[in-house]
Amino acid sequence: MLVVFAMVVLTLWLVVVIFGPLLAPYGPSQQSSAVLSNPSVTHIFGTDELGRDELSRVISGARISIPFSFVIVAIALVIGSILGGLAGYLGGWVDGLIMRITDLFFAFPAIVLAMAIAAILGPSLTSSVVAVVVVAWPNYARVIRSLVLPAMHSDYVVTARLLGSSSVRALVRDVMPNVIGPMVVYSALGLGDAMLVLAGLSFLGLGSQPPTAEWGSMISDGAQYFEQWWLALFPGLAIVSVVLSLNVLGDRVRDTLDPRVNR
Amino acid sequence: MSLELEAVTVVFRGNGRRPVPAVVEVTLQVERGQVVGLVGESGSGKSSLGKAAVGLLRPTSGCVRFNGKPVSAIGRRARPSSQLGLQMVLQNPFESLNPRRTVGNQIKDAMRASHLSKRLQDARLSQLLGVLGLAPDTAGKFPHQFSGGQRQRVAVARALAASPSMLILDEPFASLDASAQAQLANVLRVLADEEQVGMLVISHDLAIVRHIADRIAVMYLGTIVESGVASDVWSSALHPYTEALIGAIPKVDGRGALPIALPGEIADPANPPSGCRFHPRCPHAFAVCQVDSPVLIEASPGRNVACWLRHPDEAVRASGADGEADSDASSDEMLGRDSV
Repeated sequence: MLVVFAMVVLTLWLVVVIFGPLLAPYGPSQQSSAVLSNPSVTHIFGTDELGRDELSRVISGARISIPFSFVIVAIALVIGSILGGLAGYLGGWVDGLIMRITDLFFAFPAIVLAMAIAAILGPSLTSSVVAVVVVAWPNYARVIRSLVLPAMHSDYVVTARLLGSSSVRALVRDVMPNVIGPMVVYSALGLGDAMLVLAGLSFLGLGSQPPTAEWGSMISDGAQYFEQWWLALFPGLAIVSVVLSLNVLGDRVRDTLDPRVNR
Repeated sequence: MSLELEAVTVVFRGNGRRPVPAVVEVTLQVERGQVVGLVGESGSGKSSLGKAAVGLLRPTSGCVRFNGKPVSAIGRRARPSSQLGLQMVLQNPFESLNPRRTVGNQIKDAMRASHLSKRLQDARLSQLLGVLGLAPDTAGKFPHQFSGGQRQRVAVARALAASPSMLILDEPFASLDASAQAQLANVLRVLADEEQVGMLVISHDLAIVRHIADRIAVMYLGTIVESGVASDVWSSALHPYTEALIGAIPKVDGRGALPIALPGEIADPANPPSGCRFHPRCPHAFAVCQVDSPVLIEASPGRNVACWLRHPDEAVRASGADGEADSDASSDEMLGRDSV
């Protein structure tokens, strides 16, 4: 039931990302004389301090937050898979070196490190994406390594090796099927995290710059207007709905991919 | 065509810990078509010996040869095709099957070296499943859908799929019920007789092993204490440890006699007893046993034993007869030393 709901929510967001401009009643930067107006028939989510339609801006923001979160997770997953896979496969000093590097990143709170990187690179959407990738990849490297390392020493890999597989072949044929499932789940959950950190950076002014509509910066702008609750609420709900749905779906995907879970 | 182990020693070294000699100077030979049973309690080094024999463990000293060529330890590369005829079924059927791949795929992987067409692979697969008494739909299932006994047979089927000429089986009967044990024992015997597969069957269960093995080697704390033709070892054990193993098997003779448990625990291999490794638990131990370890001698052709009681020198054996009185006291003392 919950999964169906999550699927519906995500499908709706997907439609929004693809057909955004066609669905939005106004342009995201289009101003009107109705400044800070309540949600009404003409402006369903109300308007902001420049008279821009909040619904149109939330729709426009979806086209930034969602695709860029995917890009962040994809890049972090590639870097993490290569380095984490190498650490788990080779073990020894390579493993030690790569894990100490990830420790270096874990030594700072993720958001603080991301802020520092975004600030150094100069506030922009690109630098916030780079910053989130930099703080995200060590997580993926860790998880991949923790899946590959024990699998490489498992009895089923030992048996495959006895039957004539090289260790690379065993990695591909026997270890990978055991790594892919958990990684799909981890990435689905990671999408939510990426979106939150990306929005967080924008909220702090280190991400996308005005007039770009981005959920994090919209919340940041809206927070200045305490009376006009709709300004922060709707982009906030947008983030919550996507992140929660991804978490629910991720859990379900894990169960589906695990042959041991009986349904 | 055979598997030869020559003075193989396997020592495990952990950083900072006392080295553990799991296998000490073991010499053993398995011919094609011959089934050798390797028996002993848990912790006697049977599995380590089996792993060393296929190259999963690098012997600390000594060497292993398969068909006359040294067996190399497995590294990152694939094993040389000349060694693929030497296979092993690992002890734990729950961990030796990949949880996320179907059983059929895993068995077919083992046929890779023989370059069969897809149709022939399928035919061989269903033949192997049939031989081991597994249902034909087994191939499409995942390991978690099977019981321990079925997995054990799947693991054996996979090893057989590689068409080995020499097979090491580590506790193949352990998780099988009595009828499945008998079935597997028959399969193995037929394989040895008809396809001339040599086998080293590692088991703690002398009662089953004696039915399929041509020869039996008894292992205690890393060393072979007795070996010989299976029926001879069973009917007239030369070593007190073999006697104890046989005595511990429940008998169906209508007299209702309880099996005799062997006193004590197997010693810590990192800290083996002085002299004969078995002496603290041996009912016949005497003075020499505590000081010197007996070497494996040929008691009769093809029959080896390492026990002072079987020493060819009359004088040594005679000292045992006098010394038996104080053996109880000394074995207590030695047990005390072990627990330190």
